[in-house]
Amino acid sequence: MEAIEVTALRKTYKDKEAVRGIDLTVARGEIFAMLGPNGAGKTTSVEILEGHRRRDGGDVRVLGEDPGTAGQAWRSRIGIVLQNTDDAADLTVAEMVRHVGGFYPGPRAVDEVVELVGLTAKRNAKIRTLSGGQRRRVDVALGIVGRPELLFLDEPTTGFDPEARRQFWDLIRTLAGEGTTILLTTHYLDEAEALADRLAVLADGRIVAEGTPATLGGRAAAGSKVSWQENGHLRTEQPADPSELLRKLATDGTDLRTLTVTRPTLEDIYLTLIGAQR
Amino acid sequence: MTVTTSANVSTAAMSLSRGRIEVLQFFRDRTAMVFTFLFPAMLLLLFGTIFGDSYDETGVSASQVYAASMLAYGVLTTGFVTMGSGLALDREDGTLKRLHGTPLPVTAYLMGKAILVLTLSIAEAALIILVGVLVFDMPLPDASHWLTFAWLMLLSVLTCSLLGVAVSAIVKRARSAGAILNVPVVALQFISGIFIHPITQLPSWLITVASLFPVKWMGQGFRYVFLPDSMKSMEAAGAWELGRTALVLGVWCVIGLVLCLATFRWSDKDR
Repeated sequence: MEAIEVTALRKTYKDKEAVRGIDLTVARGEIFAMLGPNGAGKTTSVEILEGHRRRDGGDVRVLGEDPGTAGQAWRSRIGIVLQNTDDAADLTVAEMVRHVGGFYPGPRAVDEVVELVGLTAKRNAKIRTLSGGQRRRVDVALGIVGRPELLFLDEPTTGFDPEARRQFWDLIRTLAGEGTTILLTTHYLDEAEALADRLAVLADGRIVAEGTPATLGGRAAAGSKVSWQENGHLRTEQPADPSELLRKLATDGTDLRTLTVTRPTLEDIYLTLIGAQR
Repeated sequence: MTVTTSANVSTAAMSLSRGRIEVLQFFRDRTAMVFTFLFPAMLLLLFGTIFGDSYDETGVSASQVYAASMLAYGVLTTGFVTMGSGLALDREDGTLKRLHGTPLPVTAYLMGKAILVLTLSIAEAALIILVGVLVFDMPLPDASHWLTFAWLMLLSVLTCSLLGVAVSAIVKRARSAGAILNVPVVALQFISGIFIHPITQLPSWLITVASLFPVKWMGQGFRYVFLPDSMKSMEAAGAWELGRTALVLGVWCVIGLVLCLATFRWSDKDR
């Protein structure tokens, strides 16, 4: 059984079609990333999968159940990491983790969760005293305390410093290694590239491309870009096969101290995909 | 990976856990403490001191009447305002959204709030009775009156809390909750014989209006509990009307419950 199966998902707000027919399958144990600009329909789609929002059309199965009607037992099998929360300010990290863990049949130990998200030093600090990044880590802790089979992460590393992001990535890989399925939305392409087994790009309520980070949007087949300085000017060429150009440059005496050969980054592919929609 | 088959955590256990956390959070928030908890007792000290005279021939001082009436105000603010603004705040700061993403049922969430309100109301009542007894020599009643006190208290807390939940649906922003919720609270104090007693000083149409709402009956009931029987002559009907009090509060309870079920939303955008 797949963790998530979505066909022809639709959602319309008053006069705006936010999601216009999305098909999506996420396998068990997979890390799946959803990319897309603000307003592309990422959060709406994820919130429908989480059971936070009703859909107007399409079929949705999450862990085999319809999130619109699933009950308490289903909720105890998923974990949700929210964005922009400001709750429980007067409680300590450990108090809140213990409290929320108590809603699940087989929660992780409080100290284990606090350690996993790297908040051991802030264990007994009131949540209102934490920085933005630490606050987000509490959200992550609350998302994983119930040992979810499927974890939803909506822009989880916003506000993290680079080191915290690396630690967070390690945590996600650890969870995935234990068999947790992870659905992630993010603005950071390096994050998607570092974590995702597969990803989808949303634009204007539709999936415009889907694949692995290496093959998305024809990335594997796209040509390399060759650049070098010539007479003080930057020259860039994108030949079908760079070997011939490089051989020519090497033999005709061009100054190659500034030579670069680059593969298209995920960002290049992404921007092309998004740009094509506009 | 195998499908989890372990039993769900019981709603009762989750309700208690919510109740504990609600109380903990309330007592850590100083503003909430002062404004909803200490305010009625402070008003009692003020009113009781300013209007200290006895009512003719009864030997009962106005301050003792205030002590009894102020119990109604205490229950009303803790129930109605704590519940109403608490829900608006939980909706705004993400508490409700967070909890909705966990296995916690709505019942356990609302029971948690009910535990908070009941705890606060009992503490509030104890504080007001303490001020009444120690500062204004209010005599404590006998056992049968305490029995009335118990059901009156429970019914009042329930009614006010349910109406608080219902009214939170129209509170758009937590910041404005206090202002919105205090309009009916303050208006009803003035027309229900809480701030102005005896209620018979008011024009009869205003007494009729007040009689449609729960506060008048709560105040009357608490005065029955703590004042000598002769004081019933100062009530609107010249009697304590306990049966009618139970009836009116019961009806409001049902109205509140229906409104609650019709309007409760986990978030402000869950459609």
